Amino acid sequence: MEHGAITLTQRRIFIIPTKQGFMLGFVLVLMLLGDINYNLSLGYVLTFLLAMMAVMSMLHAFRNLAHLEIRPGRADPVFRGETAQFMLHFNNRSKLSRYQLCLVQPGKSFWTNTNTPLKFDVPAMQDSEVAFPLPATRRGWLQAGRLMLYTEFPLGLFYCWSYLHFGTRCLVYPKPLRVAPLPSGSSPDGTGKRSVAGDEDFSGLRKYTPGDALPRIAWKAYARERGLQVKQFSTPLGEELWLDYADTPDRNEEEKLARMTRWVLDAEAQGLRYGLGLPDGGLPLRHGGAEPSGAGGAAGQLLPQSADFVSNVSQLPSNNGIAHRDECLRRIALFNLPQQGQP
Amino acid sequence: MNKSLIYGLLLSILMVIAPHAEHLPLWVSGLCAGLLLWRTWLTYGDKALPKRWLLMLVTFAGTAGIIFNYHTMFGREAGVTLLVMLATLKLMELRKPRDAMVLVYLACFIIITNFFYSQSIPTALYLLASLTVIVTTWVHLQAESIALRPRMRIAAVLLLQALPLTLILFILFPRVQGPLWGLPQDAYASTGLDDRMSPGSLSRLGLSEEVAFRVSYNGKPPRRDQMYWRGPVLWYFDGRTWTPGRTTLTYPPDFTDLGQPIDYVVTLEPHNKTWLFTLDVPDKLTIPAIISSDFQVLNRAPVHARMRYAARSNLVYHANVRESERQLQRALQLPRQFNPRAQQLAAEWRAGSKDDETLVNTALRYFSKQGFVYTLQPPLLGSNSVDDFLFNAKQGFCEHYASAFVFLMRAANVPARVVTGYLGGEYNSVGNYYIVRQSDAHAWAEVWLAGQGWVRVDPTGVIAPGRLESGLSAAVSDSAALPFMERNPPQWMRDLRFNLDTLANQWNQWVLGYDSERQFAFLTRLGMESVTWQKMALNMSAGLGAVIALFSLFMLRHLFVRRPDKVQAAWLRVCGRLARAGLPRAAHEGAQDYADRVAAAHPALAANIRDLAARYSALRYGSHGGESVRQEFLQRVRAFKI
Repeated sequence: MEHGAITLTQRRIFIIPTKQGFMLGFVLVLMLLGDINYNLSLGYVLTFLLAMMAVMSMLHAFRNLAHLEIRPGRADPVFRGETAQFMLHFNNRSKLSRYQLCLVQPGKSFWTNTNTPLKFDVPAMQDSEVAFPLPATRRGWLQAGRLMLYTEFPLGLFYCWSYLHFGTRCLVYPKPLRVAPLPSGSSPDGTGKRSVAGDEDFSGLRKYTPGDALPRIAWKAYARERGLQVKQFSTPLGEELWLDYADTPDRNEEEKLARMTRWVLDAEAQGLRYGLGLPDGGLPLRHGGAEPSGAGGAAGQLLPQSADFVSNVSQLPSNNGIAHRDECLRRIALFNLPQQGQP
Repeated sequence: MNKSLIYGLLLSILMVIAPHAEHLPLWVSGLCAGLLLWRTWLTYGDKALPKRWLLMLVTFAGTAGIIFNYHTMFGREAGVTLLVMLATLKLMELRKPRDAMVLVYLACFIIITNFFYSQSIPTALYLLASLTVIVTTWVHLQAESIALRPRMRIAAVLLLQALPLTLILFILFPRVQGPLWGLPQDAYASTGLDDRMSPGSLSRLGLSEEVAFRVSYNGKPPRRDQMYWRGPVLWYFDGRTWTPGRTTLTYPPDFTDLGQPIDYVVTLEPHNKTWLFTLDVPDKLTIPAIISSDFQVLNRAPVHARMRYAARSNLVYHANVRESERQLQRALQLPRQFNPRAQQLAAEWRAGSKDDETLVNTALRYFSKQGFVYTLQPPLLGSNSVDDFLFNAKQGFCEHYASAFVFLMRAANVPARVVTGYLGGEYNSVGNYYIVRQSDAHAWAEVWLAGQGWVRVDPTGVIAPGRLESGLSAAVSDSAALPFMERNPPQWMRDLRFNLDTLANQWNQWVLGYDSERQFAFLTRLGMESVTWQKMALNMSAGLGAVIALFSLFMLRHLFVRRPDKVQAAWLRVCGRLARAGLPRAAHEGAQDYADRVAAAHPALAANIRDLAARYSALRYGSHGGESVRQEFLQRVRAFKI
């Protein structure tokens, strides 16, 4: 596993003929037999030309990968059922364009990999950002794992590949229930009652994030081509909402978490102050310090603000704002999951 | 599939099957052209491909048509036709990239079949052009995103890089003398002399510009009227056609009183018959061959490939002065029921001549006096062809004269036979050799005279002496019937033609004729001692390895990123030291940020590391940075301790 950049040196690059390559070999042998039998001098020339082009294509395939520098990038959290995008930076410092690079998750067997590859080019002297999609099928950390970068360029006769293993991971939130009315609970210290006020005082616009309620989208701003924005409303202090695991009516843990996810999203969208209560031990969080550089992305970068009040408690005091929402979602996502191999 | 990719495939297939159009049955050419047009139209209009059952129908119908046409599905002609048709049909069901790959391979294979028909220099150039198109399409198949120009560049680079490697392989790849298995009967097209001669068979050849063989003489060439290249000897006459007849006799010829020897080298084009051409009469040959009792030189197998041999002939000779009785009887065979007037004329001559030689001269005088015309377009003759020719038409080409002369001789009881072959040749002053074309085909007679043996008599020489001295164009009266170059073209055209032929000759000798024998000779001349295939393979691998290594260096030199400069190296050393102390720099972290983080973790280092980071940033990213500033920085790095 690598941290930081990888440069594809020749030790990292492997090469073998493809099925097409073997097929061409067979065709060339047939041609050579014909040349000998019919004494076709120009036939020899053609056969040798094709064979030598094949040999040179091996060098071209190698060159297509050689000395590329690859850095892992962020992977923004997604909800279960969505597609996680692992960003990778391909830095091509040479004057050669790299064509038809393919990135794929290795299959169970080397020869029969049914995963669909992501194909892209890296122009000369450019640093391209590539988003490698992986379906997020379970909540928690989704590991990019070991990826295979390969190319069959230029003739498809040789398969030239290298493994990339960065340990990048993406946080997968539970898939929110479609509709889940907010609970009418209050924070455990008893302060404040739930109120649907807060809808009144418009305080500004912020960027849309997945999960925001549709009625809150500022369609007028969208029409003015300012992108998707969400109206924000200030909430009077003291109106707090307590989102507790114990209050969820569902039987199944995943469903409970899905409901809580919906709650958090709705509460944030309505501009409420809300707190989070999860059963003890359900908080596989590291405390203090920064997240490891390769991990977490947005969630990790925002952590220090909330780290102040993260201790061994499983409860998150009321607050609001994107950072608070993300922290809540993060805790829900990682609730009751074994610690995953992360430094 | 990408539109321009399909156009590329269409062009590739069109280029490789176009040269075949010449010899394919017309309906196959038409079908292929129609399919190509249809496919282009479908692609242009974004229309759906035809239904599978329709294609199946066309395929079955086409295959049936080919079987009907050739009465077989195998063999060269039928096989090539089938391949061309199937490749075109494959275009109609192009669905997956795999289909396109199959088409690319098919295209390469069809190029090879093209070499059955021609391996000339233009063909070779056309091969390169087709291959460029095919490889460009091939690259496109692998990378649909790539534009035409870089695609063509990559294809051209691949081809150019492959060329020197191909040259090495061509020279050193151990050659095996084919064939490996029996060839189908129709493996070779054939033009040239036949072992049957009937009125019109040689005059048809007279129109052919094709080269029969090329000769270079060692030393002074003989006179033109001595350049009789002996081919099949014809004994048996059925009243219309001359054939070799059946012979069970094989004994070596008996040449005496030899003189005026001449050495020469012949490069014979393949003619699919066994005979080799030599000047009369052959003495020595560098290749194993049989010399028959009627002085024909025969190769052991039909000449399917271009062939080179050196020979010596004696232009002055007496041949078989003591001839066997059976052979002389064969030379008197005559179908008595035909040509009564000619037989009568011969009887009159016989009565008026004291010996055979006088009789021969009487006959020749007859031909010169009776107003005979030498022409490429003689009138048709009836069933008494000799009578018709001698007394009515009086127009004919060499085969008419030879045939009539031998008939008259036999009727007058003089042993005689027809000899076919070539006469003369065209001198190529550029390459200093003679080109003998099919249009130089000739027929003459030989009579057996007591005490002299077989003597050549050429009645054509009496009627059209120019034929012997300067070639066909001087001899025939109606030169408009000749091919353009056989008439009298301007000098520059002649020169151009000679230059091109010299080039073609070199090409034939060195490229097309490069077989195991030539390879051996060439490698020995290059200085390789004891040429074995192991040695060749070794040299070949070494040569290929060296050139590929050179290419790799050249190709990969762009990639080696320059080493970091001293300033950067020094900074990286600092980072390394800190990393060992447990504070590695993150990939995204700039010098300044990193320094701040280190300073926070190790307050003792704070001032030092911040100073270094600032200097590093200034040196690396700032505009000013003299040598002294650099030295200062490097010194501070050396002094930096954790």
